[in-house]
Amino acid sequence: MANHTVAETIHVPYLEEKGILSWILSTDHKRIGIMYLVSISTFFVLAGIAALLVRLELLSPGKTIVDAHTYNVLFTFHGSAMVFLFIVPGIAASFGNFLIPLMIGARDVAFPRLNLLSYWLYLLGTVIILFSLLKPADTGWTFYTPYSIQTGTDVILLTFGVFVLGFSSILTGLNFIVTVHKLRAPGMTWHRLPLFIWSSYATAILQLLATPVLGITLLLLIAERVFGIGFFDPAKGGDPILFQNFFWFYSHPAVYIMIIPAMGVISEVIPVFARKPIFGYKAIAYSSLAIALISFLVWAHHMFVSGMSEVAATVFSFLTFLVAIPTAIKVFNWLATLYKGSIELRTPMLYALSFIFLFTIGGLTGVFLGTLAADVHLHDTYFVVAHMHYVMIGGTVMGFFAALHFWYPKMFGKMYNEAVAKVAWFLVFVGFNVTFFPQFILGMEGMPRRYADYPPQFHTLHEISTIGSWILGLGILIMALNLLRSLTNGEKAPDNPFNSLSLEWQIPSPPPHENFEKIPHVTDWTYGYGKKNNQEG
Amino acid sequence: MNWLPEEASNLARNVDTVIWFVTIISLVFFFLITVVLVFFAIKYRRKSGEDETPYITGNHFLETLWTIVPSILVLVIFAYGFIVFKQMRTPPQEALEVNVIGKQWLWQFQYDNGKTTINELYVQQNRPVKLIMRSEDVIHSFFVPAFRVKQDLLGGMYTYLWFTPTKVGVFDLYCAEYCGAAHSKMLGKVIVMSPEAYERWRKGEEREEQKGVASISPVQLGEQLYQQRGCNACHTIDGTPSVGPSWKGLFGHEVTLQDGTKVTADENYIRESILEPQAKLVKGYQPVMPSFKGILTDEEISAIIAYIKTLK
Repeated sequence: MANHTVAETIHVPYLEEKGILSWILSTDHKRIGIMYLVSISTFFVLAGIAALLVRLELLSPGKTIVDAHTYNVLFTFHGSAMVFLFIVPGIAASFGNFLIPLMIGARDVAFPRLNLLSYWLYLLGTVIILFSLLKPADTGWTFYTPYSIQTGTDVILLTFGVFVLGFSSILTGLNFIVTVHKLRAPGMTWHRLPLFIWSSYATAILQLLATPVLGITLLLLIAERVFGIGFFDPAKGGDPILFQNFFWFYSHPAVYIMIIPAMGVISEVIPVFARKPIFGYKAIAYSSLAIALISFLVWAHHMFVSGMSEVAATVFSFLTFLVAIPTAIKVFNWLATLYKGSIELRTPMLYALSFIFLFTIGGLTGVFLGTLAADVHLHDTYFVVAHMHYVMIGGTVMGFFAALHFWYPKMFGKMYNEAVAKVAWFLVFVGFNVTFFPQFILGMEGMPRRYADYPPQFHTLHEISTIGSWILGLGILIMALNLLRSLTNGEKAPDNPFNSLSLEWQIPSPPPHENFEKIPHVTDWTYGYGKKNNQEG
Repeated sequence: MNWLPEEASNLARNVDTVIWFVTIISLVFFFLITVVLVFFAIKYRRKSGEDETPYITGNHFLETLWTIVPSILVLVIFAYGFIVFKQMRTPPQEALEVNVIGKQWLWQFQYDNGKTTINELYVQQNRPVKLIMRSEDVIHSFFVPAFRVKQDLLGGMYTYLWFTPTKVGVFDLYCAEYCGAAHSKMLGKVIVMSPEAYERWRKGEEREEQKGVASISPVQLGEQLYQQRGCNACHTIDGTPSVGPSWKGLFGHEVTLQDGTKVTADENYIRESILEPQAKLVKGYQPVMPSFKGILTDEEISAIIAYIKTLK
């Protein structure tokens, strides 16, 4: 257990200083984390509104509120903003920044100014993307060629914005890797690291190695549009499948950039609210790394019907199944952690248990899509849309909400209203399932994705899905209002309201500027809950 | 409860068996995980702050068990999916070949007897068909849910798929790869005919029959063609602009072209716009309409013009 040599002298809480400059010029990892949190949440809301409009258009067949082109623009904005502005930076940039130095017992990340530069690059990227909305792109977030070369909409600005965001991601990854290697407190050995650190570390490796490929691909796409060089357009002698290979070489590992940090959050929340040590620490830690490495070798499972060779499809199907195994291992270990626990269903725990339930559905439906013959039928239908949202909302966003409710007292020094938070959780959980479960059925029945209009036989399920989106939206609204209101009206948070053993809870809420008066000396791992009598592994 | 569509090809049953196999394994795991999750959450819920919990950090046997069991299962699933996929990708030698062209936003089918159809693929029951496909512009994807087949169409490269239709009937064809404004209107039908009916159609007797029925007026023919030839993907008849201008109130009115000049939409203008769509493009629209030269006969063009005239 971390010992408590943290000095008791009066500190200046990191939130104390006021004024915009004190934020945008701050190199404090906690302030940068909060700035990311505010930024990504803003785009989560904007992209979510686009999603509500998409669902509203699909309420009934024919034109409901917008024409086909506007619909295409809406789902493109929804997808690209959710992916590149919210979920890729996501938990890693917001909670990662805030928590990594606190959890490993450091005063800041390894390169604080580089960290601020990463945030500015993120802002620059978002500004460029917002400018692209003057003539918003209609390519979908995947920018498939040759359509992205042919369309008259502003693909260049959008992809250039994503290109800039890529640098933010790469530099953050680099910063975190060095931080975890060099700044761990004395006694904080690799096998004592909180699992959130392991998952942040695996994510950082992915960010560093995969993102450059996306950058290059988008530059090639821009070059093709501006100078007419035929990389991808068959009319110019290019190869459209090459684009898909490049794109997914980044974007599949990116799926794990999005989900692995959420898995880290779950590994932190469950032991605290079950009062049990995490079960299978090493299995969870190394499965993060295994997922990260295998995820580089599965990208073409998005392309079984693209015209790629059957041999390649077979190899990629096989490799895809390998990634299912470390994922399953994590789920089993979380479940085993609950065994004989003393489980308290506070809001973070409700979100964490929802994660296990929903992510299991997301993962198992991924098995359908990895299976060659099944994928031929299900590919590019609503089944994929549903699967993707069960992983991304059911997984990552549930992890994000769990993190938000778990570390909120530490971040802002206030408690939120627990009862309201639970009502919001219930609406989110129900609304999510009502929205997305019918989409599995739609997909099996053959409803293709990215359709502004649909034949009447799909009407009922689309209607249910749209109604679900309202429940989900209401839940998120209530959650947001509760958290915002508690910033000013919430009760003052104790230093360690949930009795966690992790280092960040052993210092004041909110933490002081330099985190630790004296760097702690760590003597045990962070999961020493429960009564020791038989020790193992 | 079957969420899968009707099985109307030789491949459908095999694909469905794979899907059901995966479904059963998934359901077993899903219920196992959910039951354990809910059971633990209820049984071990906190009774008081002083609950004692045991210090259990892992178990090698369990760890090994839940690594090996899923590993074996996914290998079996992989192998099964591969076996059926191999069948789906191996067309029989005797398959009848049809050339398919996808373009924004219609399907064109060319048969061995020289016939060309738009948005309607005619095939014979119980006779294997191999589609040799290419795109003239962006990527499209040929998807017939009832047959469980899907394959992308690319420019500069042929792709193929095959199936043997097993049921007489009309089946939905979708474009499954996002291809622009009218993607959701790039719809077609696969018409599966009995061998006799197919033979009649192949020899072109169907058309004669139609002529025999022939009391169909040019306006009615035009209205039929509006649906069959896919005009409706981009042109509405209720006045709302879509990918292309609406046909309502078009005839006899002035339209403004890209360069600002104005022309009256008369018979010759409409004819030219069908055969050479980019020659006089209406302002505010993209040059995306394909030419119907060689697809529509003069008689059919006249019928479409007659139909447009009625849309006031």
